[in-house]
Amino acid sequence: MSKIQVSYYAALREARGCTEEELETESATARDLYQELSAQHGFELDIAGVRVAINDEFVEWSTGVSEGDHIVFIPPVSGG
Amino acid sequence: MQELTTFFDIQDSDLDPAALINRLRNPRFGALVTFEGWVRNHNEGADVDRLEYEAYGPLAEREAQTILRDAVDQFDVSAAGCVHRVGSLAIGGLAVWIGVVAEHRSDAFGACQMIIDQVKLRVPVWKKEYYTDGRAEWVACHHCAHPHD
Repeated sequence: MSKIQVSYYAALREARGCTEEELETESATARDLYQELSAQHGFELDIAGVRVAINDEFVEWSTGVSEGDHIVFIPPVSGG
Repeated sequence: MQELTTFFDIQDSDLDPAALINRLRNPRFGALVTFEGWVRNHNEGADVDRLEYEAYGPLAEREAQTILRDAVDQFDVSAAGCVHRVGSLAIGGLAVWIGVVAEHRSDAFGACQMIIDQVKLRVPVWKKEYYTDGRAEWVACHHCAHPHD
């Protein structure tokens, strides 16, 4: 069980209804965590279009989730 | 040894292009190319009333600095800056500004084009469109798959 912080932006922020939360998870990887939260909150964004950052760096979905991590799921960007 | 300057900012107040150009000014270099991205009143056939931008600040900064450094590496450029607005923007508002300074224009044009293309693809900034008919939506993935020039 890891205690982590998750932040949400844009469509995911609205789907979750908050900008950040602290939670405890058994998810081993970033992918597992997205699937866990997606099932819990009904995120409509397919993981294929989403990227993930841990501690302010883009990482692979297979990256492990560790105690104290700050995790951000990144919907398709649309700046400019 | 010339000094390389790159800067990237996320700003929640109006951008000031004249002040931004001053950050790049250098008497040794003869070419300045800037790009301004303005809020349009239409997108994908819908009438747009205003936009809201939001950014994941720390990662946007990191990713944009990587893009700026890559541009400086690939082109013969002395300085490059980019500022992205967040918050609510009216039609015609300045959403993103890019400026590149070089000895010669071809490098400045090339670097400026590369920076805006990569910023739109990679930097974690999102826009929500509010339409005149009252609907609103986050600009979705199929727009990103076919980026406009």
